[in-house]
Amino acid sequence: MERKVREMEELLEILEDLHPEVDFTTCDRLIDDKILDSFDIVSVIAEINERFDVAITAEKITPENFNSAKALYALIQKLEDGE
Amino acid sequence: MQNNVLDYLNDIVRVKPDKTAFADPRRVMTFAQVYGQSRAIATFLHRKGIEKQPVVVFMGKSPEEITAFFGVIAAGNFYVPIDEEMPSVRIDLILENVKAGMLICDASTEQAARQLRFQGEIVLYEDACGGDVDEEALQKIYDRAIDTDPVYIVFTSGSTGVPKGVAACHRSVIDYIEQLSEVMGFDENTVFGNQTPLYFDACLKELYPTLKFGATTWLIPRELFTLPVKLVEFLNEHKINTICWVVSALTMVSAFETFRTVTPQYLRNIAFGSEVFPLKQFRKWREALPQAKFTNLYGPTEGTGMCCYYRVERELQDGEPIPIGRPFKNTEILLLNEKDERAAAGEEGEICIRGTSLTLGYYNDFERTRQAFVQNPLNTAYPEMIYRTGDIGRLNEQGELVFVSRKDYQIKHMGHRIELGEIEANVNLLEPVKIAGCAYDEGKGRIMLYYVGEISEKELAEALKDRLPRYMMPNRITRLEKMPFTANGKIDRAALRSGVSQEWKGR
Repeated sequence: MERKVREMEELLEILEDLHPEVDFTTCDRLIDDKILDSFDIVSVIAEINERFDVAITAEKITPENFNSAKALYALIQKLEDGE
Repeated sequence: MQNNVLDYLNDIVRVKPDKTAFADPRRVMTFAQVYGQSRAIATFLHRKGIEKQPVVVFMGKSPEEITAFFGVIAAGNFYVPIDEEMPSVRIDLILENVKAGMLICDASTEQAARQLRFQGEIVLYEDACGGDVDEEALQKIYDRAIDTDPVYIVFTSGSTGVPKGVAACHRSVIDYIEQLSEVMGFDENTVFGNQTPLYFDACLKELYPTLKFGATTWLIPRELFTLPVKLVEFLNEHKINTICWVVSALTMVSAFETFRTVTPQYLRNIAFGSEVFPLKQFRKWREALPQAKFTNLYGPTEGTGMCCYYRVERELQDGEPIPIGRPFKNTEILLLNEKDERAAAGEEGEICIRGTSLTLGYYNDFERTRQAFVQNPLNTAYPEMIYRTGDIGRLNEQGELVFVSRKDYQIKHMGHRIELGEIEANVNLLEPVKIAGCAYDEGKGRIMLYYVGEISEKELAEALKDRLPRYMMPNRITRLEKMPFTANGKIDRAALRSGVSQEWKGR
């Protein structure tokens, strides 16, 4: 449980670094409302790859997985478990 | 001799009236529709007495917006595209510069348009294109037109914080379209997938060749550039065979192994430019599409569009940049060293452009025009303008032009040309900020902003959103206790670039 909290905080940190003005704990329309652009997606995935050691490939880059920090963390967990 | 960009449209509408010219997922427009609606808009403008003037087009990216451009030209005017992606402060600066009498909007932008500091008349596209066509009046306007009259003004980043409006004329656009089409091998079967916004010159590559050949352009929705699999599916669904994208859009697709899931089925002609294509990503594209032609394009807005090309055919060495190559026909590149002489073989020099492709200069700004558009120093016999790009280049062993660096603090970020000075000027305008400095992290492609002042990083980001377009927004904002300066009192950008040490951050 502790690990989850820590990892979620780390993910929020990555996202807030890109957009300090967005509240990522509540926003669930990051793709739909075009808050994240292609540069952000590339940056986020690169950071996730570095810090969580999981590779997110194209078929996982969907609005469902990227619309909120929560969904994105769920994806990271799924990829971590799969390895 | 062709002296009007609309000759392309006037000719093709007789040959292929019912073919799709411009389309997006909501709307498909044939050449006959584009022609008819643009002529109605032109008649509307003519009856308002608007000729030889800038006309602002503020619409959602759509086939109708492109049609509005052509309507503005058919009435003997030049279009000034602005967009919802631009922050309102920037739009007001543009409106102040061009002083237009008319603005064309659509339902999606009307509300925003009415909130701008705009003195002229605002008209909806559907109202402007709803009337009849005065053929006789439009013919007279056409007969009066001269190929050095402007076609459009697009705005590019200015280091003082005020954007510069580059005005291009019929002659330079025609020259560009003819040479580009020859180099790229466009024809009537070309199906373009447009990525670039309509408010820069980059979209000329699709707009005018579509008219010239009776080709088709699909405007790709912006959100697909965050969803690589859907993006490739879109290309396949519409049988898109030709793309001229910025490097970051191509990288978005190749970097995440998209080609393992889905491959472009029809894509054969791929152009890229505006920034360096990482060889690793380029090779993934080439591997996925071994039959396709890949062309690197180079050119500043002041040279109308692109002016150099390089067809990637030989195998490039690791670490070797993809060359800029050679100029289009009818354009010369002068490499001038610090003494304003031709650079010797292998020597570095400033890339300067000579030829018909030169634009008219910066609109309502003779001072900045004179700084960049200058007499050719190699010609002392008669007036001849060249444009000094500020890019440093050299010829490699194969005689190909290679980009080396910039003379100043202009960067290329996500395909956009940005003056770091413009970002700093906008940050410095905020009341609580004492001083701001920017640096660009090339490796990670990040704009880094450092500032001193009584405002939090979060508040600063919020305030900047109203002033800067999205692509100019710093990717990292750091508050400092004091700013590092060089010995002669300038902001120490090298120190900023190398990451500022704790000493400066304080606390």
